[in-house]
Amino acid sequence: MIFRTIALVGSLGIAASMAQAACSFDNETPVSSLTAGFEAWKAVTDAMAECGNVSASLDQEFREKQPEAFAANPALYQIGGVANSTIVPLLNAGTIRPLDDLVAEYGAALKPNQLIRIDGQTMAVAMMVNTQHLMVRQDILDELGLPVPATWNEALDTAEAIREAGLVDYPIGATFKTGWDLGEEFVNLYLGEGAAFVDAENMPSIANEAGIRSLETMTAMTEFMDPEYLVSDSTYVQQQFQQGKIAMANLWSSRAAAMEDPGESQVVGKVTMASAPMGSQRPASSIWWDGIVIAQNIPDEEAAAAFRVAMEGLDEEMVSANNDAAVWLVEGYVPGPLAAGAAATAEAGAAPYPGSAPMGIMHTALGNGIAAYLTGAKDAQTTLADIEAAYLVAAREAGLVD
Amino acid sequence: MKFTTFSAFVGPSVVMMLLFIAFPLISVFVQSFQVTQPLYEAVEVETCTPGFLTQTCVIETRNQPVLGEDGKIVTETRWVGLQSYANVLELGRAWDAVSAGSWRALMAIDFWKALRFTLSFTLLTLPAVIALGLALAVAINNAGKRLRGPVIFVSLLPFIITPVIGALSINWLFRGDGILTALMERASGQDISMFAQAWTIEVLMMLYRVWHVAPFAAIVFYAGLQTVSSDSLESALIDGASRWQRMKYIVIPHLMPLILFVGMIHLMDSYRVFEEVVGFSSQGHVISLQWLTYDFLQPDQAGNRSISRASASAMLTMVGIVILLIPPLKRSWRDHRKAH
Repeated sequence: MIFRTIALVGSLGIAASMAQAACSFDNETPVSSLTAGFEAWKAVTDAMAECGNVSASLDQEFREKQPEAFAANPALYQIGGVANSTIVPLLNAGTIRPLDDLVAEYGAALKPNQLIRIDGQTMAVAMMVNTQHLMVRQDILDELGLPVPATWNEALDTAEAIREAGLVDYPIGATFKTGWDLGEEFVNLYLGEGAAFVDAENMPSIANEAGIRSLETMTAMTEFMDPEYLVSDSTYVQQQFQQGKIAMANLWSSRAAAMEDPGESQVVGKVTMASAPMGSQRPASSIWWDGIVIAQNIPDEEAAAAFRVAMEGLDEEMVSANNDAAVWLVEGYVPGPLAAGAAATAEAGAAPYPGSAPMGIMHTALGNGIAAYLTGAKDAQTTLADIEAAYLVAAREAGLVD
Repeated sequence: MKFTTFSAFVGPSVVMMLLFIAFPLISVFVQSFQVTQPLYEAVEVETCTPGFLTQTCVIETRNQPVLGEDGKIVTETRWVGLQSYANVLELGRAWDAVSAGSWRALMAIDFWKALRFTLSFTLLTLPAVIALGLALAVAINNAGKRLRGPVIFVSLLPFIITPVIGALSINWLFRGDGILTALMERASGQDISMFAQAWTIEVLMMLYRVWHVAPFAAIVFYAGLQTVSSDSLESALIDGASRWQRMKYIVIPHLMPLILFVGMIHLMDSYRVFEEVVGFSSQGHVISLQWLTYDFLQPDQAGNRSISRASASAMLTMVGIVILLIPPLKRSWRDHRKAH
């Protein structure tokens, strides 16, 4: 018994030292991180932990905690995980540091594409992109002899054909859950029209042709969707897709791997990942990046240790072990068929999500305001005018508009 | 009791009440008349973000908050009077809608939409909770001695379940092709979507609340039933009163103070309906006043939140509860005076 315990402790010790060996240096400074909790972050923080003295918080509510935690002095976390929009409050409050020196010293392995530059300074290091793109059941298209739709109009025709053939419950699935998801769907379509949400004075500018077209596309989509669309979030749409209840969806590339998971999915090998349908100018989608930032309110040595640990988390070794967990920007990533949709969307010229303080307010106003149009309570003009009014009240309260 | 003894007993709870109830309330009250904003400056910024292979760089004017000497955002607090209340109530639009006689236009305004649902939720569940509570209490009271324990336990179960979890489980039972929706579809031969229109969600929310709260009413009424004088019941029986007559003329009048009590508690609780909106994710169709406050308070991804409007909306919710409580309070005051 005692022998077995000793052997166990010994082997644990070896395992621990082997894990240490995966990191190129021995980290002595305690480093902690606060990031979102999805699969890619788990892979990255696990790889960071190999350096020792790292504690990672993976928290879906991170965006509420991060601004306060980084404003503290000393900051409560050294490393933060952010995206296009969640970097805004940190940038505004000046609680994250420029990384140029650290990149020069420790970031030799980084690709220039990964460096998020704001006004000439590197403020964040991106690790992956995420975008909504078309996932479509190839077997159904083949059976009907249809091509992969390239625009929403074509997609609606395809949906009509699928409905007539009666092959699935609902031809189209979409993340129309009231709130952030619904707002994002409008943002995608509106970006596809190449129009701007706010002007240089932060005044709203969505009540126009492009806005009306985007809303009309949304109602046209709902014709082919599960009538309970206002409660459908990404997970729900993913499950409906996996269960073969829907035939196509403009869904997050981070959900692509789930379609090929034989444990969950009944449509393994049947889904084609294609570009998001084209709007009149660009693909109706927005490109998001996720990456790391380093706190301002910490000593420089701590920042250096944190950055080195983060670089270990974003190295080739991590990517080759977790190739399909995300569309990585890191060296060594081999884009597989699952990434084809994201790549095609980016190549077709999809716009990055225009994260900013006014955009945050606009997104909320859209997310809350569009449901009234979809349920038929308001017409398109009134809806857009009301959303602009709601935006203005909130923007005035925030001091963004006089 | 000596004053020092009295204050030693009461002191701690008064301090707690001040610290955790009165001061926050005053702070919310004050904030509802203020607006705190960062000072912004417009700067031309070039932002580069990753594409799949190459970066996209855009130059744009960005509004950035000014940072002070201490590295914190410089904010400015102004008194705005009733501005935040006006922003929540949108009286101008509401008046236009009313004078045009358009119910739909009125229901397009968040506050009035929320008020409509909150009021109908409160007033429709109230009689249902009291009736079901009474029925349960009578059932427990009439159950045999050996059955009574298990019956009390089972009827209390819904009350023990955490509200959000309870709401979520009902949500899952009916969502999409959930078990109960599937059963209803089989029974009716029609395709049913419970979450596709507002009224079905509202019905589900109300049924859930009644199911959840009735046990509380039942336990209170059950305790009351133990004190009904058996003499009056027996004499009523001798006089030939039916079961229903005994209930109507003896039991209910005896329980009246308790019914008022349960009614008031229920008014206060259900006017702050919130868990149901979250649990049923009904915000696309139906919102409540408390949810509206929460939504103002919730930061968006860029970190903006509307604290002033949230404060104003919280104060308005309180005013609403006070107005609702006036009739039952008046009644119990009258009863109290009559008794003396």
